[in-house]
Formats: sequence, structure tokens, C-alpha cells
Amino acid sequence: MGLVMGTFSLQSKPVTYHKDKADDDLEMTIVCHRPEGLDQLEAQTNFSKRELQVLYRGFKNECPSGVVNEETFKQIYSQFFPHGDASTYAHYLFNAFDTGNTGSIKFEDFVTALSILLRGSVTEKLQWTFNLYDINRDGYINKEEMTDIVRAIYDMMGKYTYPVLKTDAPKQHVDAFFQKMDKNRDGVVTLDEFILSCQEDENIMRSLQLFENVI
Amino acid sequence: MAAGVATWLPFARAAAVGWLPLAKKTMPKPPVDNSSRSDEILYVNVSGVRFQTWKNTLDRYPDTLLGSSEKEFFYNEDTQEYFFDRDPEMFRHILNFYRTGKLHYPRHECIQAFDEELAFYGIVPEIIGDCCMEEYRDRKKENQERLAEDTEANEANDAPLPPHSTSRERLWRAFENPHTSTMALVFYYVTGFFIAVSVIANVVETVPCQPPKGMVKDLPCGVKYQLAFFCMDTACVLIFTFEYLMRLFAAPSRCKFMRSVMSVIDVVAIMPYYIGLVMPENEDVSGAFVTLRVFRVFRIFKFSRHSQGLRILGYTLKSCASELGFLLFSLTMAIIIFATVMFYAEKGTKGSTFTSIPASFWYTIVTMTTLGYGDMVPNTIAGKIFGSICSLSGVLVIALPVPVIVSNFSRIYHQNQRADKMRAQQKVRLARIRMAKKGTANAFLQYKEDHTLGDRDSDSTALCVKNRSAFEHQHNHLLHCLEKTTNHEFTDEMTYSELCMTESVGFRTSRSTSLSSQQGAQNNSTGCCPRRARRRAAMRLANSTVSVSRGSVQELDTLQFKTTSIPPQTRSSLNAQPDDLKLNCGDQDFTAAIISIPTPPANTPDESLPPSPTPVPGILRNTRATAYTHETVKISSL
Repeated sequence: MGLVMGTFSLQSKPVTYHKDKADDDLEMTIVCHRPEGLDQLEAQTNFSKRELQVLYRGFKNECPSGVVNEETFKQIYSQFFPHGDASTYAHYLFNAFDTGNTGSIKFEDFVTALSILLRGSVTEKLQWTFNLYDINRDGYINKEEMTDIVRAIYDMMGKYTYPVLKTDAPKQHVDAFFQKMDKNRDGVVTLDEFILSCQEDENIMRSLQLFENVI
Repeated sequence: MAAGVATWLPFARAAAVGWLPLAKKTMPKPPVDNSSRSDEILYVNVSGVRFQTWKNTLDRYPDTLLGSSEKEFFYNEDTQEYFFDRDPEMFRHILNFYRTGKLHYPRHECIQAFDEELAFYGIVPEIIGDCCMEEYRDRKKENQERLAEDTEANEANDAPLPPHSTSRERLWRAFENPHTSTMALVFYYVTGFFIAVSVIANVVETVPCQPPKGMVKDLPCGVKYQLAFFCMDTACVLIFTFEYLMRLFAAPSRCKFMRSVMSVIDVVAIMPYYIGLVMPENEDVSGAFVTLRVFRVFRIFKFSRHSQGLRILGYTLKSCASELGFLLFSLTMAIIIFATVMFYAEKGTKGSTFTSIPASFWYTIVTMTTLGYGDMVPNTIAGKIFGSICSLSGVLVIALPVPVIVSNFSRIYHQNQRADKMRAQQKVRLARIRMAKKGTANAFLQYKEDHTLGDRDSDSTALCVKNRSAFEHQHNHLLHCLEKTTNHEFTDEMTYSELCMTESVGFRTSRSTSLSSQQGAQNNSTGCCPRRARRRAAMRLANSTVSVSRGSVQELDTLQFKTTSIPPQTRSSLNAQPDDLKLNCGDQDFTAAIISIPTPPANTPDESLPPSPTPVPGILRNTRATAYTHETVKISSL
């Protein structure tokens, strides 16, 4: 009877062995990236040696291989926003950090972006933000890109909000944004328009100073 | 939130710059963080082993001891380090948790020690990494089971009978634990004997005996000596009925008792007899009656009350129910399949015994269990081939669930062995502990004696007490204070048991107030336990301003409210400091009791002396305690 049972079971789906995943992990650990020297990084960024040391220690502890891939990035970012779904926004952020489009963030990318965001000039910050919004990197932000970004941000809020989130809230938000930013009403926002409009807005200028002492 | 999330927080906050142009409202102000930003190395000294780590590492988990400000309590200013008086080996694992974010369980360590360390450092065991989690959980469960067994073994059967339990409770106890009293033991053996007699009688009465004169055929003995067997049966059934009714009466929960397995077996064992009595001597009905007699064999199951092994077997089978179910199911499937095949294979042959598929079931079962009676044998070649396949697969199918059942039985059996061994060793252990404790108790009694002598002759006391350490002195002083508080004394075991005997008779004297009598009754029902009696006394001191009367009511009233100073040469002067009392956290009532006694009483001893120096229940006096009687009343300035 055992034979009978055996023959029956052979018909079912083949057992998938988890060899592939293990191989992937193995590859990850082999690919180890070391950043350039501390002095160079100090020169390139606005951080002091001490701060870089602290940053690197934390980074290396979390990612011993020296790089962060998109999945890990999404997971990390999602932990800060447990209410909603932060993966879409994390995806856009990842692309903004990964300036070289390599598919993974190295320590240099990480530190460069942080340097701009925390210690950079207003123009640099706004430039970075523009880069974030411009998903296809064509130099223009159009309504679709903006809608994607805004929707991703609203996704992070989750379902339970007060007041209740309406389905056209992102669209309204985008319309308001374009109203403000798009000076020549051509349906897209260029970098100059963006920077100009932001500099006119006091609120934005003030809030840009808020995050300076995060580290 | 998990570990390194703290590391990424600055990045997440920085990324918030991306929201700014979109923001509809102004951003809130960021929290001001005054703590020093620069990272520093912290030194942690754990029992001499120095660990160093970055401050940031420890800050990763702010809800643990090391990550929060709680560690400041352990900071040693002189050496500029955090000192912990704990196990350095374990600390290594704890620190690794901070470093790597994963908590590992060291397999060679005792699970309880590990748990204690985790509790101390404020780490929840749930975050043990997956690599070690299973091992940890298994060990923990094993440990808990073992502890549960031990406590069960301790408290259950051999606990002394609480006095003044109803006769019903006593009866139930006697039934459940025959070892507690001789009567119960006798009854136990008698019932065992009668069960055996009954079973043997059932067996023997079917054996053919010599036929009586005038008959040719052999008769079964049951028919030949019908009267004798009937009498024996009656006697057994009477005993069983009596036992069952007694158990029913004594059972604490009758419904539960009636539903239990043993009770059902009892009923089934005695029912056939009564039905037989009631039933008329009718030919048609007596056929059914004969079948009922089969149930008499259930009496043999009554032996399971007498045998531990049988109970284990029954319990094992119950716990392996799923394996047995699987075995049964797979066997059934196999039987049906092979019976069908054999039937069709043997269908053609003439005079084949495989007359139908159900008839082939018998062949399949006999073959699969490798019995092979040979009453049904295949003749065709196909039949023989399938027959051999049948027997091979039978071996396999039966062999599969058996190891599971065996291992279950082994586990349960060993658990039982361990419980019995524990119980046996427990007695020895307790005896040894008692001996050691007696040593310390005697030390205290000795101390007291020395001090009474000291009142008369200070020189000799100096000699006697010199060889005791400061700790002992303080401890003895503490015990003394306790005695004074409760107005009871410590004594040794022998004296106590004597007193217990005499007091249980003389206890029911009338009380002056109903309150005190209630309390008194309550007190005595805790059992003759000196410590508990004292605690109750202390509690009552705290709760009620009414006297804690064990003897006269006024005695402790006076104790509570007298405010005169103590003459210096009495022993009470030694007990001057109220703040020496280091009580452990458990006795909270107790602390209250001591505090509530406001000021030292006892101007003159005689006034507040209890009117009768006879042993009042609860006040345990030494045989050599007459000297104390006068002094027990002088409560110190507690």
C-alpha cells in the first residue's frame, strides 16, 4: 500500500527546493562594498569626521555587506510608518538616493544625500526634492508623476485617518500644487519654476531649516 | 520597533524634506534634544569583567535597562564605570544582542538563570532570534512541566489532612490515597482481593468439571456448583456495591464522579448481577442475559485503581489517540483495497473460500498482521502475488505509528518514575533541611537563653555571645522583635507537637468578643503552623484595634496603649531600635503591624499578664519558658 501512496504523491507538484534563495544570500554577502576613505568623504560632504564615523557604524551594523538593496530599504522605511503602506514612497526615495541607478545604495550615496538634506543649502535641498518628484528624470514634473508621489504619501497615512480620506484627495492636492508651482501654465513644472515658487513661500523656507540638527 | 530602526531614524527624518513643498500646513517644531550628540565609549564592569561599548549601541533599545536611564543607578562615580554584580558569561550574550540585534540562547546555560538575567536587564524573551527560539521554547516548556509536576507531587497526596474536615472529606481522602490511614489500606486490599476472587470465579466456572452421578457429559463447574458460585458472586457484588456507594457519597463533585471512567467501570461491573436478579427465568430473555454476563469481565479493569502501570497504559493510549486513529484509518483503507483485489483475483477458481469481498476482509487482516491462519489461501498466481504484496505492506503500515506510541509511553512512564523518585527523595531532602533549620532555630533559642542569663550575670553572657557574628546578633534580635510583636515565641518541634495535641482539645473555650472568636477560629484552621499563626496575629494587629485575643482581651489592649518608658535593665532595652527590622517584601501586612503598635507599653508586667498561665492556643511556650512569661508582655518600642 505504501507503493500505492507513493505513486499517487508523485503526480503532485514538484517540491521546490530553496536553493536559489540561499545562493542569492551568499552572493549578497560576497559582494562587499567598502566606502572610500574617511577624509575623502569628509571633503565631499558637510559632515565632520566624528559624525561620519557614527553614521558609518550604524550603517555597517545594519548592512554588513555595505550596500542596501531596494527590498531592505522598503522594509526599513515601512517600520517607521506602520499604519499605512510606505513601500511606494520608499521606492521613489530609493531611486532618489540611488543617484547612479545601480540598484543598491552604498554608504557614499547614503551620506551624500544626508549631507544635502541636513546640511545643504536651500537650493541644494530643493534640487534634491525636485529630483525626487521627477520620477523619470526628464527634468520636468508633470501631473502624473506628481499624482503618483502624492498618492504614495497618502498611502503612508493608512486607512484610519481623521477626517476620512477621500479618494480624490491626492488629485486635489496635486491641483493645488500645480496652481502654485506652474508659473507659465504649461502643465509641467521645471526646476527653476520649482525653486522660484518655493522661495516665495515662507512656510516652506522656514520648515527647510527644521531638520538641520537631526544628526 | 526593531533594532537598527533607531539607526535609520535620522535618515527617515531627513527624507521628510521631500514632503515640505507639498505640505498644506506648517511643519511642527522638531523635538529639542539636549543630550550630547557625540558618541562615547561606555565602560561596563560585570563582576570584574570589563566590557566596553559605544553609547549608541546601548541606546538602540531604550526600553531596556542598559538603554534607558536606569543604568545610571549602577554608575560608579569612583571608577567611572557601570558596575553590575551579575554573571559575566550571560552578560556577553546580552551585550551581543545590543550589538547585532539578535538575542541568542546559549544552550549550555540553565534556562531559568537565563530568564532571570533577561528579566533583570529588561529584555523580553520573545525577541530571541529564530535560530535559538525553538530550543529556548522547548527547554522552557520542559522546565515548566517538570516544576508543575514537582509542585503537584508536593502538595497533592502527602499533604497532611486539615483538621476538622468533614467525615465526607476524610472518606474521600481515604479512598483516593489508601496510604494515609490503616483503615483505608485494609479496605484497599480487601477490595483488591475480592476483585481477584470475582475474576477467578468467572474464569473457573466455565471449566468443565466431573459430571455428577447419572450424567455422562462433562458439565462446566459453574453449573455443577451453582449455589457456591452464586454465593461468591453475591458476596463480591455486595462489596463492590458498597464501595461504589461509599465513593459516591464521599465524592466532592458527584456529577463529575459519575462521569469518570472508573465509576462507569464500577457500574458496568455490578449491573449484570442485578439485572440477572430482576430478570425472570425466561428462555428467550436468558439468552440476552448470558451476553450480559460477559460484562462481568470488566471487573478486571477495577484493578487499574490498584495498579499504576495500568493507568499509565491507559493514559498513553489516550494521548496517542491521533496516531492510533491514523493506524486504524490506513489499515481500513488497505484492507478494503486488498480484499477487493483478492476477491476478483480468486473469483474464477472452483471451491474458492473468497466468497465475497467482506469474506476476503478476514484474509486481508490475517495476512497484514502476519498471522496467516491458513484457513483462506489464494490459489491463482495473481492471487498469490497480491497476497504477498498485502503481507509486505501490512508490516510497513503497522510499523509506522508504533514508534510514536512507544516514545509517548516511554515519556509518560519516565515522568511517573521521576515523580515517584522526587517524592521519595523529597522526604529525605525535607528532613535534612529541617535539621539545618533546627540548627538556626536552636541558635536563636540559645541566644535567648544566653540573654536571660545575661540579665542576672552580665559577665557570663559576654563570654557566651562573643563567638557569634554581627549578622547573627542582628538576626537574632530581629527574631526577638518578632516574638515581642506577636506575643508568641519560637519553639522547637517536639514541644510544638505536644502543645498541638493538648490544645486541639482545649481550644473551644468561649471568647469574649465574637470578633476575636472568629479570628481565633480562623487562626487555628490554618493548621498548627506557628509562622502563619504569627502572621495572622500581626495582621490582626494591623487591621483591628480590637485585641488580638488569644487569651484575655485586655492583655494586648494594654500592650498597645501603654506609653511609659522601659526600664533599662530589662531585655527590651536591647530591642530599642525600630529601624533594624529588615523584612522581606512579602510580609507587607507585617510591616504595617509593627508600625501600628504606637509606643512601648508595659509599665508593670503583672497587670497585663494573661490571667491564666495555661497554654492558650497559639501561644507556644517552651517547657523552660516560665521565666519568659513575665517578660513576653514587655513589648519593645517598635
